Amino acid sequence: MSFSPEHAVQARNLSVWRGGREVLHDVTFALPAGRITGLIGPSGGGKTTLMRAVVGVQRHVRGELQVLGMAPGSAALHRRVAYGTQSQAAYDDLSVRENLEYFAAIVGAPRAQVDRLLERVDLEAAAGQLVRSLSGGQRSRISLATALLGDPKLLVLDEPTVGLDPVLRERLWELFRELISAGATLLVSSHVMDEAARCDEVLLLRDGRVLAQATPAQLAQRTGTDDLEQAFLRLVEQRS
Amino acid sequence: MGAAATATRVLRQLRHDPRTIGLLLGVPALLMTIFRFVYDHEHAVFEHAGPMLMVLFPLVTMFLVSSVALLRERTSGTLERLMTTPLSRFALLGGYGLAFTLLATVQAGVVTALSLGALGLSLAGSTALAVVLAAAVALLGLGLGLLASAFARSEFQVVQFFPATILPQLLLCGLLVPRARMGGVLHAISDALPMSYAVDGIRHVAEERGASAAAVGDLAIVLAFAVGAILLGALTLRRRTD
Repeated sequence: MSFSPEHAVQARNLSVWRGGREVLHDVTFALPAGRITGLIGPSGGGKTTLMRAVVGVQRHVRGELQVLGMAPGSAALHRRVAYGTQSQAAYDDLSVRENLEYFAAIVGAPRAQVDRLLERVDLEAAAGQLVRSLSGGQRSRISLATALLGDPKLLVLDEPTVGLDPVLRERLWELFRELISAGATLLVSSHVMDEAARCDEVLLLRDGRVLAQATPAQLAQRTGTDDLEQAFLRLVEQRS
Repeated sequence: MGAAATATRVLRQLRHDPRTIGLLLGVPALLMTIFRFVYDHEHAVFEHAGPMLMVLFPLVTMFLVSSVALLRERTSGTLERLMTTPLSRFALLGGYGLAFTLLATVQAGVVTALSLGALGLSLAGSTALAVVLAAAVALLGLGLGLLASAFARSEFQVVQFFPATILPQLLLCGLLVPRARMGGVLHAISDALPMSYAVDGIRHVAEERGASAAAVGDLAIVLAFAVGAILLGALTLRRRTD
């Protein structure tokens, strides 16, 4: 497969087994560079598995997959691709700031960035608190802040806005837009359909298959509805 | 770089857990004191077995601490996260090794100072060598704990590896019966277990003046086992998982 610079990630006929079960079946998609692609679909549909394959921590990946023109998980990608996991992936017995300082040291990010990011994800006030004392929404923001350290080119964020209040969710989407302006590419998963409307492009995933990849406007046109929940249902009907 | 950052992180985690630090440093000292007074009427037993306890404590404590710490690393998602960063698994384990060796050295220092001071134990050989031997055993505990964490899915399971991997070594290392008096099969098994060399080594330190060649040889064997266990364990930290 030839690599096109307009695409940060290209996958063709990708099948992935996780935990001994085939989770993704022969999926083909491409993530446009410098855009936010929403990976939307119900839980258990293969979103996390797809993300794990892209960041290169998933075994048993068959088919073609290129990330920034390289094989996923290549050493050169460790500084350029960041993964914000769905589980908090932070040390419970460290403070918020200590967690970020550790990951900053590992990716070689300047210490000043820790303070900047704490402010951006609204965790300044909780910086000195141990992670184990935080709420679920605060924990997911640590995961996000950790992923932003070192200014990665490709950010893969698994359900970054789940459980957040609407004001904070709005602020995070503003942050995502800024990252795009700075030249990054984002893949953001959500099981909430209305988040799809905020993305440049939507990749609908259900039962391990790509239902559609299109802009929100194209989806509305193709299904004859502005309501993404309805659009999803119609696409499922068209398939069956 | 990654190893130093990891060591700092592990020590910071411990700093937020003063109770564990207290237990790690206090319990061996307490046990040694109890042992001393249990054999109050028979000081020769304390003189004989006391030095062996000095190398058993770091094995037990570091196995427990590192098996749980590394299991958490595997199950909490932090390892998966680290595996997407430039940190190599050797740097990660190097960091754990640095932090736990430091901790084990302080632990051994406390036990040694107490034993040789207030409790009246005497070592013919080098005290520093006894502490270094204890630190090497701590690395062995880290390696075995790392391996145990690879075969356990929960903290319940991982502590069950303690009786499975550590207790047989305590039975066969020469603490209860001198290794020379063991039968052929048991002696052969004993020869294959690292703690046998740790105990042989500390016996040499207790009985022979200076840093005897025999003690240094045993130390080298313990270190080789420790490094082997850590390298074998490193193979179980994979970038890609199922």
